[in-house]
Amino acid sequence: MATEHQSETLLKVDAISLSFGGVHALVDVSFDIQKGEIFSIIGPNGAGKSSMLNVINGVYQPTQGTITYKGEVRQGMRPHEAAVQGIARTFQNVALFKGMNTIDNLMTGRNLKMKSNLLMQGFYWGPAQNEEIVHRQAVENIIDFLEIQSIRKTPVGRLPYGLQKRVELGRALAAEPTLLLLDEPMAGMNLEEKENTCRFILDVNEELGTTIVLIEHDMSVVMDISDRVIVLDYGRKISEGAPDTVRNDQKVIDAYLGVAH
Amino acid sequence: MLYRETGQFKTSYKKDMAIFPIRQDRWALIATLIFVVVGVPLLATEHVIAGYLIPLLIWAIAAIGLNILTGYTGQLSLGHGAFMAVGAYSAYNLAARVPEIPIILVFLLAGLIAAIFGVLVGSPSLRIKGFYLAVATLAAQFFVEWVFATFPWFVGGAASMVIDTPKMTIFGYQITTTLDNYYLVLGFVVVGTLYAKNLVRSEIGRAWMAIRDMDVAAEVIGIRPLYTKLSAFAVSSFYGGVAGALYAFCYVKSVDFTAFDLFVSLKVLFMIIIGGMGSILGCFLGAAFIVVLPIILNEIAHLFAGQIPSAMLSNIEHMIFGGLIIFFLIVEPHGLARLWMTAKEKLRLWPFPH
Repeated sequence: MATEHQSETLLKVDAISLSFGGVHALVDVSFDIQKGEIFSIIGPNGAGKSSMLNVINGVYQPTQGTITYKGEVRQGMRPHEAAVQGIARTFQNVALFKGMNTIDNLMTGRNLKMKSNLLMQGFYWGPAQNEEIVHRQAVENIIDFLEIQSIRKTPVGRLPYGLQKRVELGRALAAEPTLLLLDEPMAGMNLEEKENTCRFILDVNEELGTTIVLIEHDMSVVMDISDRVIVLDYGRKISEGAPDTVRNDQKVIDAYLGVAH
Repeated sequence: MLYRETGQFKTSYKKDMAIFPIRQDRWALIATLIFVVVGVPLLATEHVIAGYLIPLLIWAIAAIGLNILTGYTGQLSLGHGAFMAVGAYSAYNLAARVPEIPIILVFLLAGLIAAIFGVLVGSPSLRIKGFYLAVATLAAQFFVEWVFATFPWFVGGAASMVIDTPKMTIFGYQITTTLDNYYLVLGFVVVGTLYAKNLVRSEIGRAWMAIRDMDVAAEVIGIRPLYTKLSAFAVSSFYGGVAGALYAFCYVKSVDFTAFDLFVSLKVLFMIIIGGMGSILGCFLGAAFIVVLPIILNEIAHLFAGQIPSAMLSNIEHMIFGGLIIFFLIVEPHGLARLWMTAKEKLRLWPFPH
């Protein structure tokens, strides 16, 4: 599990609200994410978990509230700028580039690190070629790490679901993010695949020091690997704390099991 | 067996990432190059070169352009004829008004002007997608046709709105014969094809495909949608512009707005659909299918001239052509290029069963 002393705040979410017309997806949600931790967001379906991730990496603009990332308040950020600042994510429904193979998907994850221009790329001369090779090496390291050597040249559309999820994790890792947002990385996986994915997540967190925000429905996974957990229900935060605290919170139990009125 | 990669070990990423990593492909390519440079002039008649090969090569350039935009970036365009027209008229005006510019530079500048026009046409692509973008490009097509049909300035004031292209000279050598034209076009094709092939396997090519396959995810990993789409429009219309200029100068030898109508846009679109979306090889196969097949059918039809009324003959020609298009689309909806890929897979083992 993550390091002992976590004091530095990486991301501060302050009183975020998000509405689509009359639908309040998020209402006045606040929390802090510390550098180097595994932070989980849980809650019943439709609680606003994915919306929260979309706000963090700029796909949605919050209706109210501010987000402070690396000590700077962000205003109207686009996903592209979030990526530049080191935020990467995976999607609940696999969002790979299906027409491309595994290597190209991972290489695309490194697009921000590539500097050669259109003219150089077209003639594939000197710097452009070197750049491709350097980044290919980095991509191969990730391929080794995720143990997907055998599918490196397979078009990802042909891969089974579990492997697609793994390639998607690889694409996010290829960007060498500071903050990694994982939206249900284990949905639809069998036990063995879940164990593998847990191991990858823990390894990324420990070896690369990447801060991880995790949305997951499998409670045993969440309680095992998270440092801290928040619980959303109907767009509001109803609990926050260490896994054990949250597990025993009456409001959380009510939200999940329903409560007699 | 014929297409086996066994024993071709790649010991570095550089080798693995070579433009043609498989030895048989390289041989085939070199053989093709030797054939088109040396073999064709020896074997083919002037009629074949001027009537089949030059248009085939020019259409292939145009198809590469549209394939980059539609096949690789997923932006449907019905305005490729307009980009070709802009290229042709730019080239004419540059060559006629500023004869000092070397002709190769004229073609490249014509491509650049078409690229600027392409960026303008593509600028709404961030907001409108799919069929709606196709309609926007259609508007560009009609606008360009109207401009070149209305203002005689673009053809140097000729009242007929059609004008012959000026003579071309390269380093004092005058391009006159069919073979000269053929080599000029071939030069553009070889460089243009390699350039496109490199682009689609580089960072920009991956960005194009990322936008095509999943635009939200592409943006989240840092790809700028507008820049990526506009760069595709620019490169695409650059190829279109060069193709249009070559079409006017090396094939029909005149500039005429009716040569770049909506049917031309559709023709290029058919080429990439039949040849294969997202494949450079497919552009050549598609161009060959759409351009050369009707001519061959026509030649065959001539054999029956006299026995069957000519009006009926030309109808039968069209029916066979249409039937073949449908046949190929049913057999392989991903185009001739995919058919070739499948054949290569089979050839790895053939003639052995396992």
